[in-house]
Amino acid sequence: MSAYMAILSARFRMLLQYRAAAFAGFATQLFWGLIRVMIFEAFYRSTTQPQPMQFSQVVTYVWLSQALLGMIPWNVDSEVRGMIRTGTVVYELARPLDLYALWYTRAIAQRSAPTVLRAIPMFIVAGLLLGMQPPPSPASAAAWVVATVGALLLSAALTTLMTLSLLWTISGEGIVRLMAALVTIFSGLVLPLPLFPNWAQPVLNFLPFRGIIDAPLRVYMGHIPPAQIGAVLAHQIGWTLALALLERALLARGTRRLVVQGG
Amino acid sequence: MSQIVVENLVKTFRVAERQAGTWGAVRGLVHRRYRTVHALNGISFALEAGELVGYIGPNGAGKSTTVKTLAGILVPDSGRCEVLGRVPWRERLAHVRHIGVVFGQRTQLWWDLPVIESFDLLRDIYRVPKADYARTREELIALLNLQPLLDVPVRQLSLGQRMRCDLAASLLHAPPLLFLDEPTIGLDAVSKLAVRDFVKRLNRERGVTVILTTHDMDDIEALCTRVILIGQGQILSDGTLEDLRGRVTRERWLIVDLVDADEPVCDPDADVLRREDHRVTLRFDPACVSSAALISRITARHAVRDLFVQNPPIEEIIARLYGDSYA
Repeated sequence: MSAYMAILSARFRMLLQYRAAAFAGFATQLFWGLIRVMIFEAFYRSTTQPQPMQFSQVVTYVWLSQALLGMIPWNVDSEVRGMIRTGTVVYELARPLDLYALWYTRAIAQRSAPTVLRAIPMFIVAGLLLGMQPPPSPASAAAWVVATVGALLLSAALTTLMTLSLLWTISGEGIVRLMAALVTIFSGLVLPLPLFPNWAQPVLNFLPFRGIIDAPLRVYMGHIPPAQIGAVLAHQIGWTLALALLERALLARGTRRLVVQGG
Repeated sequence: MSQIVVENLVKTFRVAERQAGTWGAVRGLVHRRYRTVHALNGISFALEAGELVGYIGPNGAGKSTTVKTLAGILVPDSGRCEVLGRVPWRERLAHVRHIGVVFGQRTQLWWDLPVIESFDLLRDIYRVPKADYARTREELIALLNLQPLLDVPVRQLSLGQRMRCDLAASLLHAPPLLFLDEPTIGLDAVSKLAVRDFVKRLNRERGVTVILTTHDMDDIEALCTRVILIGQGQILSDGTLEDLRGRVTRERWLIVDLVDADEPVCDPDADVLRREDHRVTLRFDPACVSSAALISRITARHAVRDLFVQNPPIEEIIARLYGDSYA
C-alpha cells in the first residue's frame, strides 16, 4: 500500500470510531433540517412569484445538505493543530513524505469519515420519513457520485488551507471562523444558490464554495442535468488545483520560518 | 569520509515579545516588539561513521536546534551542513529515509492506535521491503522486550514503555544514523538502563552512528566516547570525557569516613570541599601531591574507617564550564 493510502485508511478508521460525536451530529442536523424546511415552507406559502426551484426540490436540497454537512470545510485538522501547538509536528517533517500531500491526505480523511457516519442514517430517515426524493434518473445519480468526489477533493483543499494557516497563527481560530462564514453562505447551506438574486449569480458561480454543496446537490436533483457534469467537475478540480498551487507556496514559506514550539 | 559535516552553522529565531499584564497585551495589538534569539552561533564539527556522541549543554543552548537542523526539519540562516553526503533541508525526502529520530518529549507513534499498527504504518511510509521489515521488527521486539506492548494503544503506555516503542519505531527502516534528543527524560532508573543498554548495543553491534542530547550525565558516562558541549549557540568543548575533565580541572577527590564525627581535618595540599558528619570530601591536585602520599598522611593523623579516591562527577565539571561561559 502506498504511504498516503496507508495514512488515509488509518486516519479514516480512527475517525470512524467517534460514534457519540456522530450520533450527536446526526441529532443536531436533523433538528436544524426540520427548522430549515419549516422556514422554506412558510416562504413558499407566502410567495406569489414563481421561484427557480420547487418546494419539493428545496426539501430534498435541505436534507441532502444536512446529510453531507461533514463535507463542509468548517474546521482544521485537530491532530495537526495539536502537533503544531506542542511541537510534535517535527515528526511530520522527519518522514520521507511530501508535507503538502500528507496534510491533504489527512484532510480527505477528515472530510470523508464523519460524513459517511452521519450521511447514511440521514439518508434513511430523510428518505423514508421527511420527503427527500431520490435522483430523477440513474444518470443523475451517477453524475452526483462524481460531483461528490469532486466536492470532497475541493473541500479537502480548503481544509488544508486553514490547517496551513496554523503555521502562522497556531490557534487558527480567526481563519476558521472566516472560512465557516464564507462557506455557509456561498455554498448554499443557508439558502440554495438558485434562490439568490440574479446579479449575485456570476459571483456565486465563480467562487469555489458552490462546488462543495450546491453543485453536487443540484446534480442529484437533476436541476443541473447529468450532461453538464463536466462543467461542474471542471470548476471543482480547477479550484482544487489553484488552491494546491497556493498552498504549496505557503507551505514552502511556512516551513522555512518554522519555529518548533516547546523546545 | 565523515558522515556528518557541519561548518559555521547559524540559526536565529525572531520571537514576538509580549509584555506582562493586560496593558502589555493591549499594547501588543498595536506594536509588536521582536527579540532575536541566536540559537546557533557558528557551530562546526564532523562525525565519523560508528561514533556515539553526546551533545550536551544547558537548556536553550542550541542542542535541539542542531538536531532539528541535522534532521532536515529546520533551515539554518547560514553555514554548511552535509549528512551522508546530502544537505538535509534541501533534499529532505531523500535525507530522512536514512536517519532515525527520537524526540524524548514527544512520541512519533499514533496516539490512538495499537503499537503494532503504528509500526505497520511506518513500514508503509518508509516503503520497507516486507522481508526486511519482518526481520528488523522481530529483532527490535526481542531487544526491547516489546512483545507484551504490541496490542496496547499508545496512550495507555507508561513513559518508559512508550520510549522503548519510540526507539523501535525510529529504527524500523534500519537507518545508519540515529538522532536521540533527550531519550531518557523523565524515565525511571530501570527504563533509563534499558534505553542505555539498547543504544550501546545498537552502536557496538550494528555500527549505527548515534547523536545523543541529554541532561543526564550518567547517560554520557555510560555511553559516549565523545562529548560535544554547547552553550549559547557555540561549541565550548569537543573531545573525550577525559579531555573535558582535563580542560576544566585535573583535581581528584579523596573521600574519607572518619571514626569520630567531630574531628577536624586539614592538610596543606588538600581543601575540605564538604563535610557531612563522618564523611569528609577533600579536593587535591594530583600534580602537587600523590594520592598515596595524601592517604598515608591522613591515615597517620586520623582514625579512618574507609576512604576512596574519585574523579569529580561530570556534573561538577559541566556546571563549571557553564559557569565560565555565562560569566
